This record gives sequence, C-alpha cells and structure tokens, in this order.
Amino acid sequence: MDAANRQLDELISRDYQHGFYTELESDTVPLGLNEDIIRLISAKKHEPEFMLEWRLQAYRHWLTLSEPHWAHIHYQPIDYQDIAYYSAPKSGKDGPQSLAEVDPELLRTYEKLGIPLKEQEMLAGVAVDAVFDSVSVATTFKDKLADLGIIFCPFSEAVQKYPDLVRTYLGTVVPFTDNFYACLNSAVFSDGSFCYIPPGVRCPMELSTYFRINAKNTGQFERTLIIADKDAYVSYLEGCTAPMRDEHQLHAAVVELIALEDAQIKYSTVQNWYPGDKEGRGGIYNFVTKRGDCRGARSHISWTQVETGSAITWKYPSVILRGDESFGEFYSVALTNHHQQADTGTKMIHVGRNTRSTVISKGISAGLGQNAYRGLIKVLASADGARNYTQCDSLLLGHRCGAHTFPYIEVKNPDAQVEHEASTSRIGEDQLFYCTQRGISPEDAVSMIVSGFCKAVFKELPMEFAVEAQKLLGVSLEGGTG
Amino acid sequence: MLSIRNLHASRDGKEILRGIDLDIQAGEVHAIMGPNGSGKSTLAQVIAGQPGYQITEGEVAYLGQDLMELSPEERAREGIFLGFQYPVEIPGVSIAMFLKTSLNAIRRQQGLPEVDAMEFLSLVREKMKLMQMNEAFLTRAVNEGFSGGEKKRNEVLQLAMLEPRLAILDETDSGLDIDALEVVANGINGLRSAGRAIVLVTHYQRLLNYIKPDVVHVLAQGRILKSGGPELALELEQRGYGWVEQESKAVAA
Repeated sequence: MDAANRQLDELISRDYQHGFYTELESDTVPLGLNEDIIRLISAKKHEPEFMLEWRLQAYRHWLTLSEPHWAHIHYQPIDYQDIAYYSAPKSGKDGPQSLAEVDPELLRTYEKLGIPLKEQEMLAGVAVDAVFDSVSVATTFKDKLADLGIIFCPFSEAVQKYPDLVRTYLGTVVPFTDNFYACLNSAVFSDGSFCYIPPGVRCPMELSTYFRINAKNTGQFERTLIIADKDAYVSYLEGCTAPMRDEHQLHAAVVELIALEDAQIKYSTVQNWYPGDKEGRGGIYNFVTKRGDCRGARSHISWTQVETGSAITWKYPSVILRGDESFGEFYSVALTNHHQQADTGTKMIHVGRNTRSTVISKGISAGLGQNAYRGLIKVLASADGARNYTQCDSLLLGHRCGAHTFPYIEVKNPDAQVEHEASTSRIGEDQLFYCTQRGISPEDAVSMIVSGFCKAVFKELPMEFAVEAQKLLGVSLEGGTG
Repeated sequence: MLSIRNLHASRDGKEILRGIDLDIQAGEVHAIMGPNGSGKSTLAQVIAGQPGYQITEGEVAYLGQDLMELSPEERAREGIFLGFQYPVEIPGVSIAMFLKTSLNAIRRQQGLPEVDAMEFLSLVREKMKLMQMNEAFLTRAVNEGFSGGEKKRNEVLQLAMLEPRLAILDETDSGLDIDALEVVANGINGLRSAGRAIVLVTHYQRLLNYIKPDVVHVLAQGRILKSGGPELALELEQRGYGWVEQESKAVAA
C-alpha cells in the first residue's frame, strides 16, 4: 500500500466521537413480543381503543411476514424475541412539564452532544420535540405554534388529543402491510412526532427532533406523521447521535408525510447512530420506512438526508406523486466507514400528470464500508408529461471499500422523460497532495474534498443543519479533528 | 536556503534522479531546463514531498533542516511552494475556500493570526487585480473546467497569496498565450525579493525573456550537466540540448 493510502487508512480508522453512555433509570418491559406486550405498551400510553386494535392487526399481519433479504447487506440473524419493545426514562409520574423537571443527567447528555435545549429555545428559534429513548420529555415553542393552529407534539400525545387526525392519516402512506419492518413498527411503535400545519399556514420555524437511543438492548420504534394541509409549508429536521455500546440494536422507524394541494414539506435528516467499532462489533441496525404522499395538485415534498451512522442502513425515503404537477425531491449523502453497510436510495412513483422528480445521491465509502444506491423511478400510464432526473455519484476512499448502484426504471407512459447519470471516483493521491502542498493537513484535505463532493446535497439543508452535517461528515471520516 | 547533495530518486523501481547537486540562495532565481523526461518535474515533486518516489541516496537540506524528514504539509508551511504543471481539480470546493484554508494553515505555523473572511477577501482581491483575474473566479471550484491558462494563473495567484520562501514553478509557462504569459511573468517578477528564492522549471527560453534568471541549469538523464548565467538559456534556444549531453559525455570520458 502506498503512502497516500496508508494516510487515508489512518484517517478513517479512528473512533466514534459520541461514544458515551448515560446512566438513567429505565422503565422497560420484559424481552420479547406477543399480544400481551402490545397491550401493555398501549396501556402504558393510555391509548384509545382504535390504536390498540390497529397495533394488534399489524402484529397479526407481521406474524405472516418474513424478514426481507434482497438488500446488499449482511448481518447475523436478529432474534425478535430478544428485544425489549418499550423503554421510557423515569422522571416523575406524569412526565416533566418543563426543563426544570427533566432529569439533569439527560440534560447533560444533550449538552455533550452540543444541543443545549435552553440555548436552542432562546437563540435558534427551533422548537425541539426531544425524544430520549421512546418518550418525549421536552417540547418547546408550543404556544407560538399553537397561535398559528400548528400542532407539533409527541405522537403519543396526538393519539390522545387529536385522535381524529391520527385516525384519518395514520397508515395511509405506509400501511402496516407495507413491509416487514414497517409492520413491526406499527405493532410496537413507542413514540415519535406528530405535526399538522393547517391550510394556508407557513410554519415560521424549522421543526426539529433529536433522537437518541440509550437504554440497553431496547429497540427503537419511532413513528412520525406530518400533514401539511392545503397551501401549507413546513420544514422539519430530524437529527440523531447515539452512545457507544456493544450489542446490535434494531431501529425500525416509520415516517409518513402527507402534502395536500399546493402544500410543501421539506424533511431533513442527519443520522449518526452508533456505527459499530473498527472491527464491525456493535452498531445500530437501521431499517427505516420513510414515504411522502404528494396527495394534492402542485404539492411538493423533498427529502434531504445525511447518513453517516449505523452499522446497517436500509432506507428509501420515497415520494408518491399523486397530485397533478406535484414535485418530489431526494438529496442524499450516505457515508460508510469501517464495516458499515448502507443500502439506501429512493422511490419516485409518478401517478399524476406533469409530475416531476429530482434525485441526487452521493455515496462515500471508506475503510471496508459498503455503500449501495437503490432507486426506483416508476412512471404509471396516467402520468403524462412526467419527468425525472437522477444523478448518483460514488466516492471511494482507499481500496477495500465498495460502491454499488442499482437503478430501477419502470416507465408505462411514452410521454415520460427519465434521465439517469452516474459516476464513481476515488479520492486521488494527486488531489490529496495538491492540498497538502498548500499546507492543508491530510485530515482537513479529505474533509474538504468530501464536502465538495457533497455540495449539491448540503446546499439543500437548512443553514444550521448544513454546518452540523459537514462537521459530522468530518468526524465520521476522521473520527477526530472534525 | 536549499542544498541538494547527490540526490537519487526512483519511482516504481526506475531511477529518475541520478545524483543531483544544487545550491539555491535566498534572493536568487534559478531556471532548470532540459529535454522531456530528463527528471525536471521529478526534482520539483521530490522537493515538495510528492508521495510515490523513493529517495535512494543523497540529502536535501532546507534552512538547515533535513527536508526529507518533513511531510508535504510541513514543507508547505515552512515556505515551500510548488506551482503544479498539471493543477488538480477538486470538484465542489471553491477557490476562496481552498485558498483561505491554505493561507490560514500556513499562517498558524508562522504564529500569525488567521485571516477572517473579510481580510481574506480584501487580500485576494488585491492579488487578483495583479493577475488580471475576474473576481467571479473565487466561487468556481478549484481547477474544475478551467482552461490551461486559467489553471496556471490560479497557480500564480496562490503563489502571490501564500508568499513562500522557496517557489518552484513547474512549467508554469506551458499552455499560455503571449498575453497570459506576460501577466503570469509580471506576477512572478513582482514576487522577487531578497528573502525569496524562485525556481523556474521550463522547456523553453520564452519565459526567461520576461523573468531573468540568475542561474540556468541543464538537467538531462537525471543529472545537472551544466550550469551557467542567463546566456546559457539563449544558447540552448539556438543549439538545443544535444551538445550539452555530448560535452558532458566527453568530460566523463
């Protein structure tokens, strides 16, 4: 191996930065899954009958399904009976009403992650629905949002306070029959965020949730539902980091977005779950179903994701372009280092007339990382004038990683225009030397080259998030200097 | 400033430099000329620390330090600048971002405060004017889609910004039309100073009409066969390199 490659190898073989573990008392149900566990979860959350029924239906359907194995990923079989399906941090009987009531240990955890809630409340104007393990423990800016008629609350709260909204929309984009993991989530989901923007309202702030897995050996099953009513607009940020731990953890979230006529939803994710150590031990298994439904004419949904964490990422944020002239976008940066595996991409389903979609995917592989882009562009016969543009680029660092592209295109309408561009490149010795010859350290050089590669995606992120994403990318690659 | 003794270097087992001796003092301008494949670029790259070469013999001292002990970025921060013959593209990274990162890395080493965005802009604007470059240039990705001439101007812009102690310019004149050559040469001439040494690696005498060297070396077959004053360059222009090689063989015999 030559000097430049050795250097790259050293850079990318450092340790996870957010590796710490918070000791909190957890209220955890016994391991395993059966109808009693589901009843217990539902009871703990004081859910109405319809919710329990839905969970049970999902569970019974799940029993008929088997784990899918078509993705380009490899892992030890998951024992679904060896997982605790509910865990809530203990902090008083009915949950805290303000930050003062929040477990100080928990607040310190957030501070370590650089997300002091207080500061965010005051400075950033971001309303945070903070999810620690499964139950939301702090919600801010509610009053301001309430004045506009915006509902932004933990999912469990929405189930109780707005059962009609939940009932109307839950499972209408991702039905529990959709796939194995989404079905499991439907049966056991613990909490998540709920958001409703009324007609004509433009949400004045970025809505944000920070997820964090903590309690040992607990699956994380988030459920998020966002509805933008006619002519409404919302930008939603989801970001997460996770502490160091040994065991594989299953994470199977479901996110459903619904945009009615002329509405726009922008959903941005920075995902930094624990990726496992250098030898590939531990790390999160992240099997996520994210889908948006452009239900109304001229509606617009865009997904932007920066995926740097997890041992396994299985995730295809998609858009169903049902409304005429609706528009779907997917911007993705996925980074795999050490033994990480990612199989990610999108599905754009063109149903309505003159629907458009744009897909920009940037995959970065380092170490022994395996990175696959899997994308489906489907144009139904009804979708006259549909257009898609897909660009999918891979960047390799070193010689032992892999990049794979699986584009699927199904066009049933002769009027459609579908474009696909792909490239694969390697950070060259010559690029690195050009930078170091200008006094730039190899760490900074790699970080800069990778940022440049991802620029088309980063510019889609909200400003604050873009800075964080860039930093994260640096940390994930170098594990150190950032 | 730079002292090279009996330097041998090879790449993939093939010896390219076969015993270079060279002394360069502060304030001097040296021209290194020679036919294709003679080792000119290799010499420039070895001084700058490009990976991939094996130094099999000899030593290089720079400001009293063993240069070969330093990493490429350490050499750069100690004031060694290489103007690339083939500048490298870095997609998505703006010239401004690249140059500011570079400038601050070097300033940190020198114990100077880092420049902020405003200071950087005023400094780079001044240098760009000198190089007759449009400001829009700053937002373009490093060397991406640049013409040959733009790439070379960009190298000299970096040179002007970083103000190194030892500048080695590898065929900075190639690919330039007469007007661009004059701009580039003026830029380089503006940087001549008592504390700085400049090494011009070139095929042609053309550049030397604009930048008058103090010493001219002829490099062929991995050795410096002849050194002289500026008149040597003119002689090479008229007679080619063959006679130098003949002469040196005769001496060796």
